Amino acid sequence: MAKFTAKPKDLIHIDFKNPRTGWMDTPVDIREHMYCHPTKAKDLETVGFPNIHEWRPADENWNLPEDWKETVLNGIKERLQKYRSFHVFMDICVRCGACADKCHFYLGTGDPKNMPVLRAELLRSVYRKYFTASGKILGKTAGARELTEDVLKEIWYYYYQCTECRRCSVFCPYGIDQAEITMIGRELTNLVGLQLGWIGGPVANCYMKGNHLGLEPHTIKSNIEMMLDDIETITGIRINPTFNRKGAEILFVTPSGDLFAMPGIYTAMGYLMLFHELGLDYTWSTYASEGGNFGFFSSNEMAKRLNSKIYAEAKRLGVKWVLGGECGHMWRVLHQYMDTWNGPADFLEVPKSPITGTVFDNAKSAKMTHISEFTADLIKHGKLKLDKSRNDHLKVTFHDSCNTSRGMGMLDEPRYIIKNVCNHFYEMPENTIREKTFCCGSGTGLNASENMELRMRGGLPRANAVKYVHEQHGVNMLANVCAIDRATLSASMDYWVPGVGVAGVSELVGNALVMKGEKERTADLRGETLPGKEGAE
Amino acid sequence: MKILVPFFAVIALVLLAVIGTAANLHFLFGAVIPYAALFIFIFGVIYRVLKWAKSPVPFCIPTTCGQQKSLPWIKQNKLENPSGTLHVIGRMALEVLTFRSLFRNIKGELRDGSKFVYGSDKWLWLGGIAFHYAFLIVLLRHIRLFAEPTPAYLYILEAFDGFLQIGIPRLFATGVVLLAAAAFLFLRRIYVPQVRYISLAADYFPLFLIMGIAATGIIMRYFFKTDIVGVKELAMGLVGFNPVIPKSVGSIFYVHLLLVSALFAYFPFSKLMHMGGVFLSPTRNMVANSREFRHVNPWNYPVKVHTYEEYEEDFREKMKMAEIPVEKE
Repeated sequence: MAKFTAKPKDLIHIDFKNPRTGWMDTPVDIREHMYCHPTKAKDLETVGFPNIHEWRPADENWNLPEDWKETVLNGIKERLQKYRSFHVFMDICVRCGACADKCHFYLGTGDPKNMPVLRAELLRSVYRKYFTASGKILGKTAGARELTEDVLKEIWYYYYQCTECRRCSVFCPYGIDQAEITMIGRELTNLVGLQLGWIGGPVANCYMKGNHLGLEPHTIKSNIEMMLDDIETITGIRINPTFNRKGAEILFVTPSGDLFAMPGIYTAMGYLMLFHELGLDYTWSTYASEGGNFGFFSSNEMAKRLNSKIYAEAKRLGVKWVLGGECGHMWRVLHQYMDTWNGPADFLEVPKSPITGTVFDNAKSAKMTHISEFTADLIKHGKLKLDKSRNDHLKVTFHDSCNTSRGMGMLDEPRYIIKNVCNHFYEMPENTIREKTFCCGSGTGLNASENMELRMRGGLPRANAVKYVHEQHGVNMLANVCAIDRATLSASMDYWVPGVGVAGVSELVGNALVMKGEKERTADLRGETLPGKEGAE
Repeated sequence: MKILVPFFAVIALVLLAVIGTAANLHFLFGAVIPYAALFIFIFGVIYRVLKWAKSPVPFCIPTTCGQQKSLPWIKQNKLENPSGTLHVIGRMALEVLTFRSLFRNIKGELRDGSKFVYGSDKWLWLGGIAFHYAFLIVLLRHIRLFAEPTPAYLYILEAFDGFLQIGIPRLFATGVVLLAAAAFLFLRRIYVPQVRYISLAADYFPLFLIMGIAATGIIMRYFFKTDIVGVKELAMGLVGFNPVIPKSVGSIFYVHLLLVSALFAYFPFSKLMHMGGVFLSPTRNMVANSREFRHVNPWNYPVKVHTYEEYEEDFREKMKMAEIPVEKE
């Protein structure tokens, strides 16, 4: 595969003209840099996925299993009976087009099959052909079509050009949620062995080793110890967190991305410093060392299998409740799925802040609270000593993650925190934030390197809004509460808006947090010298 | 093709009714078909709704469009992120009665080849709401034909509807609005390239039907006046299951009636079922309190997991080396 070299000024020429042929008569063109490589057979074997086989998206022949068509059709039938959402969404779309220009992939590619309505029609047309009277009788006139190999390839190509961000669902008059349809469409592709490497690999890692990155227990500990060294250098304070400790009050779970790469590790340093300063009785786990869930991007069952570790570990360690770090899809899963899959967690207690006494009633059944809810409560009660000026070198804007906004509604907690730890905060235009926020463009397991054109195109609407505040207010830091954002927005900023960094909210908290017995800080968590402290050392 | 097929289908229906009345098949077109259409409509809609309802709702998946309920001092958006049944009723009422989500519509455009701008775009909302409310009032006005004596509220409705005070018989605004709104929705489908690209024959057919219904209704009332006494006689006969076919009613009425019958019979098989579906949409009709109260999935089943014991088996030595506590030494 040739390297992706397109320049931003070329990529932004987006052609919104539709092809001359109708969409059913326009064959799918599987383009380089727009898709991810297939997964390795051994990863699929680890988790027991069906129909494992060798194939390459660019090839004519995908080596599909002989009964692939039957498998897919039975898969559709089963899911119609299991999910009212899917059944209703297959039937009631009136094709009004309100969703069309809401999708970041449509805005970034101009490809009509990336309009959510048309992405859904790719599957709906098959549904009509095999499951509705009008489709069976009238065929194409009723918008129905045969399921062929080309149709399956088309569904595969476009269902991995959707990040399940739910922005279309906000604008749909019936709440039709393409995320729901994409999830089911992806399950169908998995039934016939068409999994992506960037999803299959992390899933297998998470299943066997407890986290997507495949960090083994001693590596988790040593990675954190490196952060502790940095914290000591910056603050003069040595922190001693615990791992897999029984009897701790709180189990802390965060995406493994926070433990591995920049800028995620700065967010993790923020957590460590905050918990130390509070004297929190908590523990990390190496077994439940992943908050995120790439199983969610392959099948409902796989997601449940990975998610089971959080409650299981909470039970084994005998903690009272679970605190979760900053991550987007992790919180969709924890907020809307975990308790249903693996609850009831009746062995845990309703989360209660040991510092403020606040009882988190909104989590009284799932027993898991978000770090931003926890921190906002601390700040409100005046429990943290904060020096905002230590973030004065940053002009910050906040990116709402798709899932924490549209699958949870956590909008004001992180903003409250940022306003209390930073002096310079600027919102992006109102149609691009909160429930109308744009995806980073690389969620749902699409954060690979071989699909860089897709990622940059999908990330364009978000980056374009950042560019606006960068030019208007000199914004140089994009804050967020998502590990995938921290990884992917960094790439997207470098490409579209050079000069803007990416940080987790807890990193900004760590910068501002005045710790008992700390030395005078001359650098922020990144080791960059604070303004006015040049030459202090 | 996507436009012509449904167009000629409606023309064929018109011709069918004209030929039918010329061939003296009044009973077929005035009683048998309307009864059959109504039967298909009622049982079809019930069947479709029950079929949807039979599929369970395994997960609590509301699309949250506002601030969640969390800390007491953070203001929750109860209508966009409902944490109680009353909030959901409010959210659904806004959705069904005012088309809340469509009202949010914004248009995204790339300007100067480098800047995305998003502006409010309420035309679709306006067309949609005008269309649906006009249709509703027109439908309610027709109750006059099926009730004796005429219910009092209909006089009030008609007084409002005829507020323009034009012509004899007085012009009802809704009939015109219905036709205009349907025409707008049709033109929008043709002129907006994206919408044209996604449109199917099944999108044009009901629009042509409804435009035909509105047009024939308007013609009957204001131009080639139909014998309204005869129409009422026929309608009352249908209601009393004692159909009478008055001689005085002309073929234009039968065209109108056949198009209405076609719409009713087509309804359960089509996207028009969005009328029922909007109430069943899990992203809108669920309470967003999934961490507060456990949502139960009726088909939740045990899955194969990788247990802690298995994990420790794999990593015990490494854990011990790193001084991470283990269960078995």
